[in-house]
Amino acid sequence: MPIPGPALSASIEPNATAPELIRNFCIIAHIDHGKSTLADRMLQLTGVVEARAMRAQYLDRMDIERERGITIKSQAVRMPWQVDDTAYALNMIDTPGHVDFTYEVSRSLAACEGAVLLVDAAQGIEAQTLANLYLAMENDLEIIPVLNKIDLPAAQPEKYAEELANLVGGDPADVLRVSGKTGEGVEALLDRIVRDVPAPVGDPDAAARAMIFDSVYDIYRGVVTYVRVIDGNLSPRERIVMMSTRAQHELLEIGVISPEPNPTKGLGVGEVGYLITGVKDVRQSKVGDTVTNAGKPATEALGGYKDPMPMVFSGLYPVDGSDYPVLRDALDKLKLNDAALNYEPETSVALGFGFRVGFLGLLHLEIVRERLEREFDLDLISTAPNVIYDVELEDRTPVRVTNPSEFPAGKIREVREPVVKATILTPSEFVGTVMGLCTERRGAMQGMDYLSEDRVELRYTLPLAEIVFDFFDQLKSRTRGYASLDYQEGGDQVADLVKVDILLQGEKVDAFSAIVHKDKAYEYGVAMTARLKELIPRHQFEVPIQAAVGARVIARETVRAMRKDVLAKCYGGDISRKRKLLEKQKEGKKRMKNIGSVEVPKDAFIAALSSDSAKDAKDKKK
Amino acid sequence: MPALPDGVPVPADGALPAWTADAPDAPRTGAFGVYVHVPFCTVRCGYCDFNTYTASELGGGASQVAYATTALREVELARKVLADAAVTPRPVSTVFFGGGTPTSLPAADLVRVLAGVRDAWGLADGAEVTTEANPDSVTPASLQELADGGFTRVSFGMQSAVPHVLATLERTHDPRRIPDVVRWARDAGLEVSLDLIYGTPGESLEDWRASLEAVLATGVDHVSAYALVVEPGTKMAAQVRRGAVTLPDEDDQAAKYELADELLAAAGFEWYEVSNWARGAGRACRHNLAYWRGDDWWGIGPGAHSYVAAGTAGTAGDAAGAGVRWWNVKHPRRYAAMLEAGGSPGAGRELLTPAEAALERVLLGVRLREGLDLRVLSDAGRRAVAGLVARGLLDGVAAVKGRALLTLRGRLLADAVVRELTD
Repeated sequence: MPIPGPALSASIEPNATAPELIRNFCIIAHIDHGKSTLADRMLQLTGVVEARAMRAQYLDRMDIERERGITIKSQAVRMPWQVDDTAYALNMIDTPGHVDFTYEVSRSLAACEGAVLLVDAAQGIEAQTLANLYLAMENDLEIIPVLNKIDLPAAQPEKYAEELANLVGGDPADVLRVSGKTGEGVEALLDRIVRDVPAPVGDPDAAARAMIFDSVYDIYRGVVTYVRVIDGNLSPRERIVMMSTRAQHELLEIGVISPEPNPTKGLGVGEVGYLITGVKDVRQSKVGDTVTNAGKPATEALGGYKDPMPMVFSGLYPVDGSDYPVLRDALDKLKLNDAALNYEPETSVALGFGFRVGFLGLLHLEIVRERLEREFDLDLISTAPNVIYDVELEDRTPVRVTNPSEFPAGKIREVREPVVKATILTPSEFVGTVMGLCTERRGAMQGMDYLSEDRVELRYTLPLAEIVFDFFDQLKSRTRGYASLDYQEGGDQVADLVKVDILLQGEKVDAFSAIVHKDKAYEYGVAMTARLKELIPRHQFEVPIQAAVGARVIARETVRAMRKDVLAKCYGGDISRKRKLLEKQKEGKKRMKNIGSVEVPKDAFIAALSSDSAKDAKDKKK
Repeated sequence: MPALPDGVPVPADGALPAWTADAPDAPRTGAFGVYVHVPFCTVRCGYCDFNTYTASELGGGASQVAYATTALREVELARKVLADAAVTPRPVSTVFFGGGTPTSLPAADLVRVLAGVRDAWGLADGAEVTTEANPDSVTPASLQELADGGFTRVSFGMQSAVPHVLATLERTHDPRRIPDVVRWARDAGLEVSLDLIYGTPGESLEDWRASLEAVLATGVDHVSAYALVVEPGTKMAAQVRRGAVTLPDEDDQAAKYELADELLAAAGFEWYEVSNWARGAGRACRHNLAYWRGDDWWGIGPGAHSYVAAGTAGTAGDAAGAGVRWWNVKHPRRYAAMLEAGGSPGAGRELLTPAEAALERVLLGVRLREGLDLRVLSDAGRRAVAGLVARGLLDGVAAVKGRALLTLRGRLLADAVVRELTD
């Protein structure tokens, strides 16, 4: 009987469970390899969620997550499980699966003693999974390799069991085979977790230390903080201290999730649960921070905390200028739930009032933008994403550039740009293609390994700026979707970079400025001027569109003057129609931005700045 | 066919808003015109989006035969509605029969409808009575019959003198017939206007010059020239979409307009509206001028529009509109049925706000050679005038004298000028 009966359950009551009866684990998996389905099945088998109450993918709460099939906020669920005559408390800690959230992943892993490495039996391991596996192994987690989706006709369990055994060591026969969909093998997996994952170790008599591995804003409860207790004990109504900020809060509620929040009398060594203090901003409850007791504080925080660092910046502007306050309020609200989001007001000559927003990466940018548009009904223009440049002037003055329009015009000694260490996994037939793409993007190869006969790992150093735009899309399309990518910060490098400005009738349009490698300035200039020529309507005068590096014009297009704008015929039966047409045209004018005397439709900004345009421009070039 | 505008319902009896009433001691001035729409053609041309039907589309000729009788029912309704509304009765200054092809009806029918108009309100001294006509739907006898019945003017849809252009437009008449029909009409004592279309797919600048020269050779005193506009829903729009024909670009149309203005001016014509030229102000089409000046008119027939400005009585005070425009149901059968049932054939109407009326005054007035009185503009509109003069779109001398008058370049960009004047 896997679900413990009432007598046994007493031994695993929250706040009264011996550490040796606790197992903390996470699941490492690629986006569509079935993590959520497997988690659902575990919740069902352990009786935490009844089958009929089951909502597909129970743990992914946000709509966007559900639609995209990705998890961006982790949670922890406590599940009872019996092996032989002993009841155990299993804490399943969910981890985000995308490279943008590497830091969050590392904190989730730090809350566990073991990790289920879940791999699609039809696809094999992906680069991002590999990255998280490295992280888990560095954290000394016990790895349980598992192949999922063995019910699929295309499954190749023999082949990928071999691959996994090679990676983590051990025998291919020890690789578990499950189907989250049918439930096959999931009980055996739960048994294996109890058997193999080490029990947590800590000092119950020491000052309390608990690590925050997630914090989520809830409109009813305020910030809900997820913690793993390392030493000591936390109890309701005591005062706690966040060790990085020294901020004190009263512990209003503490409990476990199973699968809904369940208040308890406290949390002891090795336990995982949530706490609520009434704070309203996730910045007051930072991932990686250590929680201790105010009355009997720990002297040393747990290691590993760091502030989230934005890697990618983009200007966000409301299409309708009067929506600026709405955008500000919306960002303020999102910030409550997203400690990594930071922004400051910015003014663009072309786009008016908006914000320069820093993101962890491109996915983070996309998610934030989508949430702003969906949840706050905003129409936004986002400028092309860019990275941070450190510019040193001739006189050694350092200038940090987060917006191309701030790129200094004077004499520049050097420009440093961030680089990433990228790992790309690809079927061997695409190695040449991938190497070609990396070379185009100024990559430097660091190494190459065969994972198996037909799968290759390529390691490159690449400028971050070269991958923030459409690198991933290109990688996917050039390898028919088979290659996968992971990257992490890799310091910076000196590069020969210039700013390309776009001028309309001699007026610089700040929103279109870009910092690009010197060798690509011409390409960017030609593509952007050609694109704008199609997007800017004819005026009563000629409109020159120029791309320039400093004072040097590198590309030029012209929108010819309009010669005719009159409805040839206008009689009695036409008057109402023509008046309405005129009213519509005047309304349309409001959606124009004036650059000097040139009217640019706002749609043109969106079209010119979208990544599609970059692709079009490239396709045209071919 | 263009859809009718959105509007509010017309009362079943066609009654006008109370604020159209005039005070007895303050009769309204301004002309009163009558438009009669004849919604029949023998064939439908590929570019045409007017409310017109061929015999086969109507499933028989019955409605054509009865059309004059039906139209006269609306004349009678109009007389009653205007009288009930206390709009100052005025003799009719201009009557215009358009279509469709009015001359697809027997001349006697057109004359009978005109007689009904005369009976209802009387015709002013020197009233202008025009009919549109297809060059292949008239004879010397039919033209004479029209003149004898009170018509003073005929406007022929010539469109082009070039066979391949006419073929693209699906016009069936023989261009060689034009000098004949013009002569017949003049012999009958009618003034003559010719209508041209420029910018047809496949028309070269030389083709267009040939058409203009053919017009001048006939010796007419009035010409209308319209850029071809491909309206959605026409056969030509489908051809353009399929790529079967390619539309000339706006630069081509601009060049053709400039050529027309040059050749016509050299022959003694003056433009009096963006698309209309006449030899001397007395030859201008007064009916159309009335539209552009914002006078009252009643449109008889399916899909026809009518307009009556607010009255002098000041009823309803500030709640009063500036004018009412309405339009009839489009289908001839439904139109006839509604009149037979004793009600108004109105499909919808709009009560113009002062702002909308002001916009229309600019939109229409600026198209005229007489120009627009700058006093009707808003402050912002008046401020835009200097810039328009500086950019060569408005005439500087006229502006100093208080009128917005388009230059040649301004005529080609008239809609842009209107947008700036109404900012």
